Amino acid sequence: MWAFFISRAKWNGITAGVPVGWRNYQQLAQDPDMLAAARHTLLLTVLFVPSSIVLGIVVAIALNQRIRLIGFYRTCIFVPYVASAAATGILASFVFNPQFGAANDILRHLGIPQQQFLESPSQALYVIVLIALWGEVGFTTVIYLAALQDIPKELVEAATMDGAGRWRVFRHVTLPELRPVTVFASVWQTITAVQLFDLIYTTTRGGPLNSTQTVVYYIYELAFQTQRLGYGAAAAYLLFVVTLLLTLGIIWYSRRRGSEVF
Amino acid sequence: MLFKKLPFSPWHLLLMPLALLFVLPLVQMLLTSFMSNAEINQFPPKLIPTSLHLEGWRALLAETNAPRWLLNSILVSAVSVVSHLILCSTAGYGFARLKFAGRGVAFVAVVATVMIPIQLLMIPTYLMFARIGIVDTLAAAFVPWLASAFGIFLMRQFFLSLPAELEEAALIDGCGRWRTFRSIVLPLARPAMATLAVFTLLSSWNDLLWPLIAISDDSRFTLQVGLATFQGTRHTEWSQLMAGNVLATMPLILAFLLAQRRFIATMTFSGLKG
Repeated sequence: MWAFFISRAKWNGITAGVPVGWRNYQQLAQDPDMLAAARHTLLLTVLFVPSSIVLGIVVAIALNQRIRLIGFYRTCIFVPYVASAAATGILASFVFNPQFGAANDILRHLGIPQQQFLESPSQALYVIVLIALWGEVGFTTVIYLAALQDIPKELVEAATMDGAGRWRVFRHVTLPELRPVTVFASVWQTITAVQLFDLIYTTTRGGPLNSTQTVVYYIYELAFQTQRLGYGAAAAYLLFVVTLLLTLGIIWYSRRRGSEVF
Repeated sequence: MLFKKLPFSPWHLLLMPLALLFVLPLVQMLLTSFMSNAEINQFPPKLIPTSLHLEGWRALLAETNAPRWLLNSILVSAVSVVSHLILCSTAGYGFARLKFAGRGVAFVAVVATVMIPIQLLMIPTYLMFARIGIVDTLAAAFVPWLASAFGIFLMRQFFLSLPAELEEAALIDGCGRWRTFRSIVLPLARPAMATLAVFTLLSSWNDLLWPLIAISDDSRFTLQVGLATFQGTRHTEWSQLMAGNVLATMPLILAFLLAQRRFIATMTFSGLKG
Protein backbone atom coordinates (compact mmCIF):
# COMPACT_ATOMS: atom_id res chain seq x y z
CA MET A 1 0.00 0.00 0.00
CA TRP A 2 2.76 2.38 0.96
CA ALA A 3 4.31 1.78 -2.44
CA PHE A 4 1.22 3.32 -3.95
CA PHE A 5 1.59 6.53 -1.94
CA ILE A 6 5.25 6.76 -2.86
CA SER A 7 4.37 6.26 -6.48
CA ARG A 8 2.25 9.39 -6.32
CA ALA A 9 5.04 11.54 -4.92
CA LYS A 10 8.20 13.18 -6.12
CA TRP A 11 10.71 11.87 -3.68
CA ASN A 12 14.47 11.70 -3.64
CA GLY A 13 14.72 9.81 -0.37
CA ILE A 14 16.52 12.63 1.40
CA THR A 15 13.97 15.41 1.72
CA ALA A 16 10.31 14.76 2.45
CA GLY A 17 8.17 13.56 -0.44
CA VAL A 18 5.85 15.95 -2.27
CA PRO A 19 2.57 14.48 -3.46
CA VAL A 20 2.14 14.96 -7.17
CA GLY A 21 -1.02 13.00 -7.84
CA TRP A 22 -0.97 10.97 -11.03
CA ARG A 23 1.82 12.96 -12.63
CA ASN A 24 4.38 10.16 -12.29
CA TYR A 25 2.07 7.84 -14.18
CA GLN A 26 1.36 10.39 -16.91
CA GLN A 27 5.05 10.98 -17.31
CA LEU A 28 5.71 7.23 -17.51
CA ALA A 29 3.36 6.83 -20.43
CA GLN A 30 5.46 9.28 -22.45
CA ASP A 31 8.90 8.29 -21.22
CA PRO A 32 10.81 6.87 -24.23
CA ASP A 33 13.17 4.94 -21.93
CA MET A 34 10.21 3.30 -20.23
CA LEU A 35 8.67 2.36 -23.57
CA ALA A 36 11.97 0.89 -24.79
CA ALA A 37 12.33 -1.02 -21.51
CA ALA A 38 8.80 -2.36 -21.87
CA ARG A 39 9.59 -3.47 -25.42
CA HIS A 40 12.73 -5.30 -24.30
CA THR A 41 10.89 -7.00 -21.44
CA LEU A 42 8.13 -8.09 -23.78
CA LEU A 43 10.56 -9.49 -26.36
CA LEU A 44 12.50 -11.31 -23.65
CA THR A 45 9.33 -12.83 -22.19
CA VAL A 46 7.93 -13.86 -25.56
CA LEU A 47 11.19 -15.61 -26.45
CA PHE A 48 11.95 -17.09 -23.05
CA VAL A 49 8.62 -18.55 -21.89
CA PRO A 50 7.71 -20.75 -24.88
CA SER A 51 11.27 -21.96 -25.42
CA SER A 52 11.76 -22.87 -21.78
CA ILE A 53 8.51 -24.85 -21.89
CA VAL A 54 9.23 -26.65 -25.17
CA LEU A 55 12.79 -27.44 -24.08
CA GLY A 56 11.52 -28.54 -20.68
CA ILE A 57 9.11 -31.04 -22.29
CA VAL A 58 11.68 -32.37 -24.78
CA VAL A 59 14.44 -32.76 -22.20
CA ALA A 60 12.04 -34.28 -19.66
CA ILE A 61 10.93 -36.90 -22.21
CA ALA A 62 14.56 -37.68 -23.01
CA LEU A 63 15.41 -37.96 -19.31
CA ASN A 64 12.42 -40.24 -18.74
CA GLN A 65 13.95 -43.01 -20.88
CA ARG A 66 15.39 -46.06 -19.22
CA ILE A 67 18.88 -45.98 -20.69
CA ARG A 68 22.38 -46.10 -19.32
CA LEU A 69 23.95 -42.95 -17.85
CA ILE A 70 20.53 -41.45 -17.23
CA GLY A 71 21.46 -40.45 -13.68
CA PHE A 72 24.54 -38.69 -15.00
CA TYR A 73 22.52 -36.82 -17.62
CA ARG A 74 19.96 -35.73 -15.06
CA THR A 75 22.60 -34.39 -12.69
CA CYS A 76 24.35 -32.46 -15.48
CA ILE A 77 21.19 -30.84 -16.73
CA PHE A 78 19.86 -29.85 -13.30
CA VAL A 79 23.10 -28.47 -11.88
CA PRO A 80 23.01 -25.00 -13.51
CA TYR A 81 19.70 -24.31 -11.78
CA VAL A 82 21.35 -24.10 -8.35
CA ALA A 83 24.05 -21.71 -9.55
CA SER A 84 23.11 -18.11 -8.77
CA ALA A 85 22.01 -15.92 -11.65
CA ALA A 86 24.72 -13.43 -10.67
CA ALA A 87 27.47 -16.04 -11.02
CA THR A 88 25.86 -17.39 -14.19
CA GLY A 89 26.02 -13.89 -15.65
CA ILE A 90 29.71 -13.51 -14.85
CA LEU A 91 30.46 -16.95 -16.27
CA ALA A 92 28.44 -16.11 -19.38
CA SER A 93 30.29 -12.87 -19.99
CA PHE A 94 33.44 -15.01 -19.99
CA VAL A 95 32.08 -17.69 -22.32
CA PHE A 96 30.64 -15.08 -24.70
CA ASN A 97 33.67 -12.82 -24.56
CA PRO A 98 34.25 -11.64 -28.16
CA GLN A 99 38.06 -11.86 -27.91
CA PHE A 100 38.73 -15.24 -26.30
CA GLY A 101 35.37 -16.77 -25.33
CA ALA A 102 34.45 -20.38 -25.98
CA ALA A 103 31.30 -19.40 -27.90
CA ASN A 104 33.31 -17.75 -30.65
CA ASP A 105 35.62 -20.76 -30.71
CA ILE A 106 32.65 -23.02 -31.43
CA LEU A 107 31.47 -20.67 -34.19
CA ARG A 108 34.99 -20.76 -35.66
CA HIS A 109 34.84 -24.56 -35.85
CA LEU A 110 31.50 -24.32 -37.60
CA GLY A 111 32.89 -21.79 -40.05
CA ILE A 112 30.67 -18.95 -38.83
CA PRO A 113 32.21 -15.45 -38.49
CA GLN A 114 33.09 -14.18 -35.01
CA GLN A 115 30.35 -12.35 -33.15
CA GLN A 116 30.25 -9.54 -30.58
CA PHE A 117 27.46 -11.21 -28.55
CA LEU A 118 26.82 -9.20 -25.36
CA GLU A 119 28.72 -6.21 -26.72
CA SER A 120 26.49 -5.84 -29.74
CA PRO A 121 23.25 -3.87 -29.27
CA SER A 122 21.46 -6.09 -31.79
CA GLN A 123 22.52 -9.44 -30.25
CA ALA A 124 22.79 -8.83 -26.50
CA LEU A 125 19.15 -9.44 -25.63
CA TYR A 126 19.06 -12.73 -27.54
CA VAL A 127 22.24 -13.90 -25.84
CA ILE A 128 20.65 -13.07 -22.48
CA VAL A 129 17.64 -15.21 -23.39
CA LEU A 130 20.01 -18.10 -24.16
CA ILE A 131 21.82 -17.68 -20.85
CA ALA A 132 18.55 -17.47 -18.94
CA LEU A 133 17.43 -20.68 -20.63
CA TRP A 134 20.66 -22.39 -19.62
CA GLY A 135 19.98 -21.47 -16.00
CA GLU A 136 16.24 -22.15 -15.92
CA VAL A 137 15.55 -25.13 -18.16
CA GLY A 138 16.53 -27.41 -15.27
CA PHE A 139 13.47 -26.18 -13.43
CA THR A 140 10.90 -26.75 -16.17
CA THR A 141 12.51 -30.11 -16.92
CA VAL A 142 12.17 -31.24 -13.30
CA ILE A 143 8.49 -30.41 -13.07
CA TYR A 144 7.71 -31.98 -16.44
CA LEU A 145 9.70 -35.07 -15.51
CA ALA A 146 7.67 -35.43 -12.32
CA ALA A 147 4.46 -34.93 -14.27
CA LEU A 148 5.48 -37.51 -16.90
CA GLN A 149 6.12 -40.05 -14.18
CA ASP A 150 2.67 -39.38 -12.76
CA ILE A 151 0.92 -40.29 -16.02
CA PRO A 152 -0.70 -43.70 -15.49
CA LYS A 153 1.05 -46.32 -17.64
CA GLU A 154 -2.29 -47.93 -18.49
CA LEU A 155 -3.28 -44.79 -20.38
CA VAL A 156 -0.32 -45.01 -22.74
CA GLU A 157 -0.68 -48.80 -23.06
CA ALA A 158 -4.35 -48.54 -23.90
CA ALA A 159 -3.68 -45.99 -26.61
CA THR A 160 -0.90 -48.14 -28.07
CA MET A 161 -3.18 -51.20 -28.05
CA ASP A 162 -5.74 -49.20 -29.96
CA GLY A 163 -3.14 -48.74 -32.65
CA ALA A 164 -1.91 -45.22 -31.95
CA GLY A 165 1.67 -44.56 -33.05
CA ARG A 166 4.25 -42.95 -30.81
CA TRP A 167 3.58 -39.47 -32.10
CA ARG A 168 -0.19 -39.80 -31.68
CA VAL A 169 0.20 -41.14 -28.16
CA PHE A 170 2.32 -38.12 -27.36
CA ARG A 171 -0.03 -35.69 -29.06
CA HIS A 172 -3.32 -37.05 -27.72
CA VAL A 173 -2.40 -38.69 -24.42
CA THR A 174 0.80 -37.24 -23.00
CA LEU A 175 0.37 -33.57 -23.89
CA PRO A 176 -3.18 -33.24 -22.50
CA GLU A 177 -2.01 -34.93 -19.29
CA LEU A 178 0.75 -32.36 -18.99
CA ARG A 179 -1.54 -29.39 -19.47
CA PRO A 180 -1.89 -28.39 -15.79
CA VAL A 181 1.89 -28.31 -15.47
CA THR A 182 2.12 -26.24 -18.63
CA VAL A 183 -0.26 -23.66 -17.22
CA PHE A 184 1.76 -23.45 -14.06
CA ALA A 185 5.05 -23.32 -15.95
CA SER A 186 3.82 -20.50 -18.19
CA VAL A 187 2.81 -18.41 -15.20
CA TRP A 188 6.01 -19.13 -13.32
CA GLN A 189 8.33 -18.57 -16.26
CA THR A 190 6.51 -15.38 -17.24
CA ILE A 191 7.12 -14.02 -13.76
CA THR A 192 10.76 -15.17 -13.95
CA ALA A 193 11.27 -13.48 -17.31
CA VAL A 194 9.57 -10.24 -16.33
CA GLN A 195 11.56 -10.01 -13.10
CA LEU A 196 14.92 -10.97 -14.59
CA PHE A 197 17.48 -8.68 -12.99
CA ASP A 198 20.56 -10.44 -11.59
CA LEU A 199 21.56 -11.87 -14.95
CA ILE A 200 21.30 -8.51 -16.70
CA TYR A 201 23.20 -6.81 -13.91
CA THR A 202 26.20 -9.12 -14.20
CA THR A 203 26.27 -9.34 -18.00
CA THR A 204 25.40 -6.02 -19.63
CA ARG A 205 24.02 -3.68 -16.91
CA GLY A 206 21.31 -2.73 -19.36
CA GLY A 207 23.78 -1.89 -22.15
CA PRO A 208 25.10 -1.72 -24.79
CA LEU A 209 23.19 1.46 -25.67
CA ASN A 210 20.37 0.45 -23.31
CA SER A 211 19.54 -2.48 -25.60
CA THR A 212 19.02 -4.87 -22.67
CA GLN A 213 17.43 -2.41 -20.27
CA THR A 214 14.28 -4.11 -19.03
CA VAL A 215 11.54 -2.59 -16.90
CA VAL A 216 12.91 -4.10 -13.70
CA TYR A 217 16.38 -2.82 -14.50
CA TYR A 218 14.96 0.61 -15.29
CA ILE A 219 13.12 0.66 -11.95
CA TYR A 220 16.36 -0.19 -10.18
CA GLU A 221 18.19 2.61 -11.98
CA LEU A 222 15.46 5.15 -11.33
CA ALA A 223 15.07 4.39 -7.66
CA PHE A 224 18.57 3.49 -6.55
CA GLN A 225 20.95 5.11 -9.03
CA THR A 226 19.21 8.39 -9.74
CA GLN A 227 17.21 8.51 -6.47
CA ARG A 228 13.86 9.12 -8.18
CA LEU A 229 12.06 6.89 -5.72
CA GLY A 230 8.54 8.10 -6.43
CA TYR A 231 8.90 7.71 -10.17
CA GLY A 232 10.49 4.29 -9.73
CA ALA A 233 7.67 3.16 -7.46
CA ALA A 234 5.15 4.25 -10.09
CA ALA A 235 6.98 2.14 -12.69
CA ALA A 236 7.04 -0.78 -10.22
CA TYR A 237 3.30 -0.48 -9.68
CA LEU A 238 2.67 -0.48 -13.38
CA LEU A 239 4.84 -3.59 -13.79
CA PHE A 240 2.98 -5.34 -10.97
CA VAL A 241 -0.41 -4.61 -12.49
CA VAL A 242 0.70 -5.81 -15.92
CA THR A 243 2.21 -9.02 -14.48
CA LEU A 244 -0.94 -9.66 -12.48
CA LEU A 245 -3.14 -9.19 -15.55
CA LEU A 246 -0.86 -11.44 -17.58
CA THR A 247 -1.01 -14.15 -14.91
CA LEU A 248 -4.77 -13.92 -14.60
CA GLY A 249 -4.98 -13.98 -18.39
CA ILE A 250 -3.06 -17.25 -18.62
CA ILE A 251 -5.17 -18.80 -15.86
CA TRP A 252 -8.40 -17.59 -17.46
CA TYR A 253 -7.36 -18.93 -20.83
CA SER A 254 -6.46 -22.33 -19.38
CA ARG A 255 -9.76 -22.52 -17.46
CA ARG A 256 -11.60 -21.94 -20.69
CA ARG A 257 -9.61 -24.74 -22.24
CA GLY A 258 -10.82 -26.91 -19.41
CA SER A 259 -7.92 -27.53 -17.09
CA GLU A 260 -8.37 -26.91 -13.41
CA VAL A 261 -5.12 -25.92 -11.82
CA PHE A 262 -5.70 -22.94 -9.62
CA MET B 1 15.03 -47.07 -39.44
CA LEU B 2 18.47 -45.56 -39.39
CA PHE B 3 18.53 -45.48 -35.61
CA LYS B 4 18.04 -49.24 -35.31
CA LYS B 5 21.64 -49.82 -36.40
CA LEU B 6 23.12 -47.88 -33.50
CA PRO B 7 24.64 -49.99 -30.72
CA PHE B 8 23.09 -47.57 -28.17
CA SER B 9 19.81 -45.78 -27.69
CA PRO B 10 19.33 -42.77 -30.02
CA TRP B 11 18.43 -40.67 -26.99
CA HIS B 12 22.14 -40.55 -26.18
CA LEU B 13 22.64 -38.47 -29.33
CA LEU B 14 20.46 -35.78 -27.80
CA LEU B 15 21.37 -36.16 -24.16
CA MET B 16 25.15 -36.37 -24.37
CA PRO B 17 25.69 -33.02 -26.14
CA LEU B 18 23.02 -31.45 -23.94
CA ALA B 19 24.61 -32.69 -20.74
CA LEU B 20 27.98 -31.35 -21.88
CA LEU B 21 26.45 -28.02 -22.82
CA PHE B 22 25.03 -27.68 -19.33
CA VAL B 23 27.99 -28.84 -17.36
CA LEU B 24 31.06 -27.76 -19.39
CA PRO B 25 30.71 -24.03 -18.64
CA LEU B 26 30.83 -24.89 -14.93
CA VAL B 27 33.87 -27.09 -15.45
CA GLN B 28 35.50 -24.31 -17.43
CA MET B 29 34.75 -21.89 -14.59
CA LEU B 30 36.53 -24.16 -12.11
CA LEU B 31 39.54 -24.78 -14.37
CA THR B 32 39.87 -21.15 -15.45
CA SER B 33 40.21 -20.10 -11.82
CA PHE B 34 43.52 -22.03 -11.83
CA MET B 35 44.93 -20.38 -14.96
CA SER B 36 47.20 -17.39 -15.34
CA ASN B 37 45.70 -14.31 -16.99
CA ALA B 38 48.06 -14.72 -19.96
CA GLU B 39 46.71 -18.21 -20.54
CA ILE B 40 43.11 -17.04 -20.32
CA ASN B 41 43.61 -14.29 -22.88
CA GLN B 42 44.49 -16.75 -25.65
CA PHE B 43 42.30 -17.65 -28.56
CA PRO B 44 41.30 -20.39 -29.13
CA PRO B 45 40.55 -20.82 -25.43
CA LYS B 46 41.98 -23.73 -23.48
CA LEU B 47 39.89 -25.85 -21.18
CA ILE B 48 42.68 -27.54 -19.25
CA PRO B 49 45.33 -25.33 -17.61
CA THR B 50 48.91 -26.19 -18.66
CA SER B 51 50.11 -25.75 -15.11
CA LEU B 52 48.44 -24.95 -11.83
CA HIS B 53 48.30 -21.21 -11.15
CA LEU B 54 46.99 -20.01 -7.82
CA GLU B 55 47.38 -16.27 -8.49
CA GLY B 56 43.67 -15.79 -9.07
CA TRP B 57 42.71 -17.42 -5.80
CA ARG B 58 45.49 -15.70 -3.88
CA ALA B 59 44.52 -12.27 -5.23
CA LEU B 60 40.85 -12.89 -4.54
CA LEU B 61 41.44 -13.91 -0.95
CA ALA B 62 44.09 -11.28 -0.18
CA GLU B 63 43.06 -8.20 -2.15
CA THR B 64 39.30 -8.33 -1.80
CA ASN B 65 36.95 -8.87 1.08
CA ALA B 66 35.90 -12.24 -0.36
CA PRO B 67 36.46 -14.27 2.82
CA ARG B 68 34.30 -11.73 4.62
CA TRP B 69 31.63 -11.94 1.88
CA LEU B 70 31.59 -15.72 2.18
CA LEU B 71 31.11 -15.43 5.93
CA ASN B 72 28.31 -12.87 5.42
CA SER B 73 26.59 -15.12 2.90
CA ILE B 74 26.78 -18.08 5.25
CA LEU B 75 25.44 -15.97 8.10
CA VAL B 76 22.56 -14.47 6.11
CA SER B 77 21.56 -17.85 4.68
CA ALA B 78 21.83 -19.62 8.04
CA VAL B 79 19.67 -17.01 9.79
CA SER B 80 17.13 -17.14 6.95
CA VAL B 81 16.91 -20.92 6.95
CA VAL B 82 16.64 -21.29 10.73
CA SER B 83 14.10 -18.53 11.13
CA HIS B 84 12.11 -19.84 8.16
CA LEU B 85 11.97 -23.26 9.78
CA ILE B 86 10.81 -21.85 13.11
CA LEU B 87 8.40 -19.14 11.94
CA CYS B 88 6.87 -20.90 8.95
CA SER B 89 6.31 -24.18 10.76
CA THR B 90 4.63 -22.51 13.75
CA ALA B 91 2.58 -20.15 11.57
CA GLY B 92 1.68 -22.97 9.19
CA TYR B 93 0.62 -25.15 12.11
CA GLY B 94 -1.48 -22.33 13.50
CA PHE B 95 -3.27 -21.90 10.20
CA ALA B 96 -3.78 -25.63 9.83
CA ARG B 97 -4.96 -26.63 13.31
CA LEU B 98 -5.72 -23.78 15.67
CA LYS B 99 -9.16 -22.27 15.40
CA PHE B 100 -9.22 -18.53 15.87
CA ALA B 101 -11.36 -15.64 14.67
CA GLY B 102 -10.35 -14.33 11.28
CA ARG B 103 -8.19 -17.33 10.43
CA GLY B 104 -9.49 -17.60 6.88
CA VAL B 105 -9.05 -13.91 6.15
CA ALA B 106 -5.56 -13.85 7.67
CA PHE B 107 -4.48 -16.86 5.62
CA VAL B 108 -5.76 -15.40 2.37
CA ALA B 109 -3.97 -12.14 3.22
CA VAL B 110 -0.70 -14.04 3.76
CA VAL B 111 -1.02 -16.06 0.56
CA ALA B 112 -1.96 -13.00 -1.48
CA THR B 113 1.41 -11.43 -0.71
CA VAL B 114 3.03 -14.16 -2.83
CA MET B 115 1.74 -12.27 -5.84
CA ILE B 116 3.54 -9.05 -4.89
CA PRO B 117 6.93 -8.94 -6.56
CA ILE B 118 10.12 -7.82 -4.86
CA GLN B 119 10.39 -4.93 -7.33
CA LEU B 120 7.30 -3.37 -5.83
CA LEU B 121 8.31 -4.00 -2.24
CA MET B 122 11.92 -2.94 -2.50
CA ILE B 123 11.34 0.81 -2.55
CA PRO B 124 9.03 1.02 0.49
CA THR B 125 11.09 -1.59 2.36
CA TYR B 126 14.24 0.37 1.67
CA LEU B 127 12.68 3.60 2.92
CA MET B 128 11.32 1.82 5.98
CA PHE B 129 14.71 0.30 6.79
CA ALA B 130 16.36 3.69 6.24
CA ARG B 131 13.95 5.20 8.73
CA ILE B 132 14.68 2.63 11.46
CA GLY B 133 18.37 2.88 10.62
CA ILE B 134 19.26 -0.67 9.61
CA VAL B 135 20.15 0.01 5.97
CA ASP B 136 23.71 -1.05 5.30
CA THR B 137 23.84 -3.62 8.10
CA LEU B 138 23.76 -7.39 7.69
CA ALA B 139 20.37 -7.35 9.36
CA ALA B 140 18.99 -5.45 6.37
CA ALA B 141 19.99 -8.38 4.18
CA PHE B 142 18.14 -11.04 6.13
CA VAL B 143 15.20 -9.31 7.79
CA PRO B 144 12.97 -9.54 4.69
CA TRP B 145 13.92 -13.22 4.50
CA LEU B 146 12.91 -14.25 8.02
CA ALA B 147 9.70 -15.86 6.85
CA SER B 148 7.79 -16.05 3.61
CA ALA B 149 4.23 -16.56 2.54
CA PHE B 150 5.34 -19.44 0.38
CA GLY B 151 6.92 -21.18 3.39
CA ILE B 152 3.83 -20.71 5.54
CA PHE B 153 1.66 -22.06 2.74
CA LEU B 154 3.94 -25.07 2.24
CA MET B 155 3.93 -25.98 5.94
CA ARG B 156 0.17 -25.47 6.31
CA GLN B 157 -0.53 -27.77 3.38
CA PHE B 158 1.73 -30.38 4.91
CA PHE B 159 0.16 -30.19 8.38
CA LEU B 160 -3.31 -30.45 6.86
CA SER B 161 -2.25 -33.72 5.24
CA LEU B 162 -1.33 -35.27 8.61
CA PRO B 163 -4.08 -37.24 10.37
CA ALA B 164 -5.54 -35.06 13.14
CA GLU B 165 -6.33 -38.15 15.31
CA LEU B 166 -2.67 -38.46 16.25
CA GLU B 167 -2.62 -35.02 17.83
CA GLU B 168 -6.02 -35.49 19.42
CA ALA B 169 -4.75 -38.63 21.11
CA ALA B 170 -1.76 -36.73 22.46
CA LEU B 171 -3.94 -33.88 23.66
CA ILE B 172 -6.26 -36.30 25.47
CA ASP B 173 -3.25 -37.92 27.11
CA GLY B 174 -2.52 -34.55 28.68
CA CYS B 175 0.04 -33.24 26.28
CA GLY B 176 -0.20 -29.46 25.85
CA ARG B 177 -0.63 -27.87 22.43
CA TRP B 178 2.99 -26.74 22.36
CA ARG B 179 4.35 -30.11 23.44
CA THR B 180 2.16 -31.94 20.95
CA PHE B 181 3.52 -29.70 18.23
CA ARG B 182 7.12 -30.17 19.27
CA SER B 183 7.25 -33.86 20.03
CA ILE B 184 4.55 -35.34 17.78
CA VAL B 185 4.03 -33.07 14.79
CA LEU B 186 7.50 -31.69 14.11
CA PRO B 187 9.26 -35.07 13.88
CA LEU B 188 6.68 -36.09 11.25
CA ALA B 189 7.24 -32.87 9.36
CA ARG B 190 10.87 -33.59 8.56
CA PRO B 191 10.44 -33.99 4.79
CA ALA B 192 8.48 -30.76 4.51
CA MET B 193 11.02 -28.96 6.69
CA ALA B 194 13.84 -30.21 4.47
CA THR B 195 12.02 -28.92 1.39
CA LEU B 196 11.53 -25.57 3.07
CA ALA B 197 15.19 -25.41 4.12
CA VAL B 198 16.44 -26.14 0.61
CA PHE B 199 14.06 -23.63 -0.90
CA THR B 200 15.12 -20.90 1.52
CA LEU B 201 18.78 -21.71 1.10
CA LEU B 202 18.54 -21.44 -2.69
CA SER B 203 16.72 -18.13 -2.63
CA SER B 204 18.69 -16.41 0.12
CA TRP B 205 22.14 -17.56 -0.98
CA ASN B 206 21.52 -16.63 -4.62
CA ASP B 207 19.75 -13.33 -4.07
CA LEU B 208 21.43 -10.32 -5.63
CA LEU B 209 18.89 -7.54 -6.08
CA TRP B 210 17.85 -6.94 -2.48
CA PRO B 211 21.28 -7.04 -0.78
CA LEU B 212 22.62 -4.91 -3.64
CA ILE B 213 20.13 -2.22 -2.69
CA ALA B 214 20.25 -2.61 1.07
CA ILE B 215 24.01 -2.80 1.56
CA SER B 216 26.64 -0.42 0.28
CA ASP B 217 29.56 -1.10 2.62
CA ASP B 218 32.08 -3.47 1.07
CA SER B 219 32.70 -5.41 4.29
CA ARG B 220 28.99 -6.25 4.63
CA PHE B 221 28.41 -7.52 1.10
CA THR B 222 27.16 -11.02 0.51
CA LEU B 223 29.13 -13.07 -2.01
CA GLN B 224 26.73 -12.36 -4.88
CA VAL B 225 26.86 -8.60 -4.31
CA GLY B 226 30.61 -8.65 -3.75
CA LEU B 227 31.19 -10.49 -7.01
CA ALA B 228 28.85 -8.33 -9.03
CA THR B 229 30.51 -5.17 -7.73
CA PHE B 230 33.97 -6.62 -8.12
CA GLN B 231 33.14 -7.54 -11.71
CA GLY B 232 32.29 -3.90 -12.40
CA THR B 233 35.73 -2.70 -11.37
CA ARG B 234 38.02 -5.54 -12.48
CA HIS B 235 36.27 -7.13 -15.38
CA THR B 236 39.50 -8.24 -17.00
CA GLU B 237 40.92 -10.26 -14.11
CA TRP B 238 39.20 -13.43 -15.14
CA SER B 239 41.03 -15.90 -12.92
CA GLN B 240 40.03 -13.89 -9.85
CA LEU B 241 36.47 -13.52 -11.08
CA MET B 242 36.18 -17.23 -11.81
CA ALA B 243 37.65 -18.07 -8.40
CA GLY B 244 34.99 -15.84 -6.87
CA ASN B 245 32.35 -17.53 -8.99
CA VAL B 246 33.52 -20.93 -7.77
CA LEU B 247 33.23 -19.68 -4.20
CA ALA B 248 29.71 -18.37 -4.87
CA THR B 249 28.35 -21.45 -6.63
CA MET B 250 30.28 -24.46 -5.31
CA PRO B 251 28.68 -24.65 -1.85
CA LEU B 252 25.24 -25.07 -3.40
CA ILE B 253 26.48 -27.30 -6.22
CA LEU B 254 28.15 -29.62 -3.70
CA ALA B 255 25.03 -29.61 -1.56
CA PHE B 256 23.05 -30.44 -4.69
CA LEU B 257 25.32 -33.34 -5.61
CA LEU B 258 25.12 -34.73 -2.08
CA ALA B 259 21.39 -34.30 -1.62
CA GLN B 260 20.10 -34.39 -5.17
CA ARG B 261 16.85 -36.10 -4.20
CA ARG B 262 16.04 -33.40 -1.68
CA PHE B 263 16.72 -30.60 -4.17
CA ILE B 264 14.66 -32.21 -6.88
CA ALA B 265 11.81 -32.78 -4.46
CA THR B 266 11.96 -29.08 -3.63
CA MET B 267 11.93 -28.01 -7.26
CA THR B 268 9.05 -30.37 -7.98
CA PHE B 269 7.12 -29.15 -4.97
CA SER B 270 7.47 -25.47 -5.79
CA GLY B 271 6.51 -26.45 -9.30
CA LEU B 272 3.42 -28.47 -8.63
CA LYS B 273 2.00 -26.88 -5.55
CA GLY B 274 3.39 -23.34 -5.68
